[in-house]
Amino acid sequence: MYSHLLPEFAVERIEDRCIHCRVCERQCATDVHYYDAELDKMFFHEEACVGCQRCAVFCPTNALFIRPHPAEYRPNSSWNREKLQDLKKQAETGGVILTGSGNDKPYRIYWDHLVLNASQVTNPSIDPLREPMELKTFLGRKPDNLEIDLNKEEVKIKSELCSNVSITTPIVFSAMSYGAISYQAFKSLAMAAKKFGTLFNTGEGGLPLNMRKDYGRNAIVQCASGRFGVDLEYLNAACAIEIKIGQGAKPGIGGHLPGEKVSENIAVTRMIPHGTDALSPAPQHDIYSIEDLSMLIYALKEATNYEKPVSVKIAAVHNVAAIASGIVRAGADIVAIDGLRGGTGAAPKAIRDNVGIPLELALAAVDKRLREEGIRNKCSILAAGGIRCSADVMKAIALGADAVYIGTAALVAMGCTLCQKCYTGKCTWGICTQDPYLSKRLNPEITGQRLINLLSGWSHEIKEMLGGMGINAIESLRGNREHLRGVGLAEWELDVLGVKGAGE
Amino acid sequence: MFLDGVRPVSELIKHVSTNGTHAYIDALELKHKELNDLLREMAQKEVTSITVQNVFGQRYIGTRLYFPGLAKKMEIKISPNPGNDLGAFLNGHRLIVYGNAQDGVGNTMDSGEIIIHGRAGDIAAMSMRGGKIFIRDNVGYRAAIHMKEYTGKVPVLVIGGTAQDFFGEYMAGGRVILLGLNLRKNERHKAHYIGTGMHGGVIYLRGCVEEYQLGKEVGIRALDSQDREIVGQYVNEFSSHFGFNPAEILQEKFQKLLPVSARPYGKIYAY
Repeated sequence: MYSHLLPEFAVERIEDRCIHCRVCERQCATDVHYYDAELDKMFFHEEACVGCQRCAVFCPTNALFIRPHPAEYRPNSSWNREKLQDLKKQAETGGVILTGSGNDKPYRIYWDHLVLNASQVTNPSIDPLREPMELKTFLGRKPDNLEIDLNKEEVKIKSELCSNVSITTPIVFSAMSYGAISYQAFKSLAMAAKKFGTLFNTGEGGLPLNMRKDYGRNAIVQCASGRFGVDLEYLNAACAIEIKIGQGAKPGIGGHLPGEKVSENIAVTRMIPHGTDALSPAPQHDIYSIEDLSMLIYALKEATNYEKPVSVKIAAVHNVAAIASGIVRAGADIVAIDGLRGGTGAAPKAIRDNVGIPLELALAAVDKRLREEGIRNKCSILAAGGIRCSADVMKAIALGADAVYIGTAALVAMGCTLCQKCYTGKCTWGICTQDPYLSKRLNPEITGQRLINLLSGWSHEIKEMLGGMGINAIESLRGNREHLRGVGLAEWELDVLGVKGAGE
Repeated sequence: MFLDGVRPVSELIKHVSTNGTHAYIDALELKHKELNDLLREMAQKEVTSITVQNVFGQRYIGTRLYFPGLAKKMEIKISPNPGNDLGAFLNGHRLIVYGNAQDGVGNTMDSGEIIIHGRAGDIAAMSMRGGKIFIRDNVGYRAAIHMKEYTGKVPVLVIGGTAQDFFGEYMAGGRVILLGLNLRKNERHKAHYIGTGMHGGVIYLRGCVEEYQLGKEVGIRALDSQDREIVGQYVNEFSSHFGFNPAEILQEKFQKLLPVSARPYGKIYAY
C-alpha cells in the first residue's frame, strides 16, 4: 500500500439497508469489505477499492454506492489528481506506472464528429425486416482482375483466387490471449464467434489443444514476437494467421506476462515452463524491414500450404499509410490497424496515453493511400481500437474498413466495467484473471450468449442504418465517404478523413 | 510478390528423378514455392530421402512438409546454399546442408534436425523449441534468440565456430553450445551482449570470453558433472557429423552461462 495516496474510490454503505449477508465481502477481489462478528457490522478498507462495481451490483438490498473519491487536491488543470497520484507512486517505487484497458484521455473522438447519411425522397430507403440485407464479408486478397470462361451454359472463373475467410457480420473479436484473459472468457469469445459465424483472435497465447477441433475454423491465430504456442499444428488449425507487429495500446513495445499468471494450462498452451515469465520482445527479431516481414508472411503461407490468409496487425502511428502500403506489397492479405484507443491487459500508462494516432485518421489515410496506389484490392482492412457501437462500425466501414475488431466492447458485454486494473490479475468479473475462484464466475455458455446478443443487436442496427441509406449490402458502404459528413472538424481533419463538412 | 509466374507441379516434374524411396531434384531456376511444391509432392509419395542440388537461395526448405496424422519423416540433403528460413517451423524432418545457410535457420523449429556443413547467417535457431541444429562454422547476429523449452522438449544448438552480438538474447530455455573451434589460442569470442535478457536455458561456451561481453542478466558458472555429460554427448554428435576429434574439443575449458533470474524484469513496475 502506498503511504501518501488518496483513495481512488469512496465506499458508502447505507446501514439501514445492509443485511450483513456478506455478498460484498465474497465478491470483492481486493478485500475492501470485511465483517466484524462481534459488532455484527460490515466495514471496509476503501483505499483498496478499484471501482469495479461488482459489490454494488450484487448487493441484494442496493445498500452500496461506489463513487470516485470526493477528496481533492487544490484544483489545477495542469497538475491534476492523476498526475499527482502517479508521481507519488513512482516516488515510492521507482517503477513504471502500469495500467489496463484503453487510453482514457480526452483526445478527439472522430466517430462523434462524423454523421451518417439517409435517403429522403430522391431514392427510397429499404426496410431490412422485409427485404434481404447482406452483411456477409470476405476477408483476404481479391484478384486484380477476373477472367471468366464462358462455355455455353457453364461459367468458370479462370483467374486463380486467393483464400478468403467468410464472416456473417463485419465484426470480429480482437486479439485477447488466454493468459491475459481467463479460459472461461477466452472460450466465451470462441463459442460466440462460432455460433454467429464470425471470428475470434487467439492473441499470442496459443490455442488450447482441446479447442482446436471445435473452434479452429473460427480462430485467427497470432504469431507474435514471443512465438508462444506456435507450431505447424497450431497454424494449420486456424482459418487465418495474424502477425502481430504492434498494438494500439502500446505501440513499439513488447509484453511481459508475469510468471505467477503462467498456470499449468497456460504453460502447456504457450509451450513454456509453468511459472516462468512469458516475455514478448518489442520487435519480432526476424523482422527488421518490409523485406523481412515479407519473409515471415511467406514462411507462414508455406507453413499452411498457401491455404490461409495472413494478416499483419500494426498500431496506428505517424506514417501508417506508407507502412500499410509496404505491408500489402510484402504479401499480407489483411492489414489490421489498431488505433490510439485500443485496449490491453497491461501497458505502461505513459505509452498507452501518449503513443499512436486515432484510428479514424489512420484508417482513412491507409484506405486512401492504398486506393491511390491501386493496391486496395490486394488486402482487407480490419479496423480496431475504440469501436463502441454499431454506428462506429458503419463509420469505420465508410472510411474504408472491411470489418472491425472489437475487444473492449466484447469485454463490457461479458461484464467488464473498465476499472483498468486488468494487470493486477484480480478481475472480479472473472475476465482478466487466472484465479479459479474469480474465473469460475463466468459461464461460457451464458457469457457466450451475451456476446451473441451483442453481435445480433449491432448487426440489426447496421442493417437498419444501411436500409436508411438505401443500400442493401455492406459492400456498397465500404470506403463510401459520400455517406459521411463531418461536424465541428477543421479543414485538415476533413482532408485526412476524406469527407465533406455537413451541409456541403 | 514471390508467386508471379509460379509453374504447376506437372510442368516441374522434369526436375525430379526417383529411384525407389530416394528422389533427386535439380533446383536450378526453381522459385522457392516451386521447389517446396516438389518436396511436398515427393513427401506424399513413397519417397523418404531427397537430394536437392543447385539450390541457390530458395527459401523455406522443409517448412511445408506437414501432414496431419502422417508420421513419416524425411531426410533432405541440400547443396550448396539454401535461402532464408531453412527449416522454419520444421516438424521432425532432417535437413543436411553441404554449404552455407543464410538467415533464420530453424526459425521457430518444433522438432527434427538440421546439420550445416558450413556457416549460418543471423537469428539461427530463433524461437526454436525442439530438435537439434548443428552448424560447423560461425553464425551471425542474435543466434539462439528467444529459444525456449517446455516439458520434455529441449532444443539443442551446437555451433563449431563463433557467434556475433546478442548471442542467446532473451533465451528462455534450451541448450546452446558454442565451441569456438576456429578461434586462435587465447582469442576471445566475438559476441557482445551475450545472453541479454536471458531468463531460462543454458549456454556452454568453450574458449575465452570476458565479463564485459555478457549481458547483465547472465552469470558465469563452472560445469558440474551433469553439464559435462550433456556437453560430451552433443560434442560427440557434432564431431561425428563433421569429422572432428571429440576428445580434442573436450580438452579445452568450458564455461556455463546461466540466467541470474527467471524474472529479469519482474521489478520494474509500479502497481
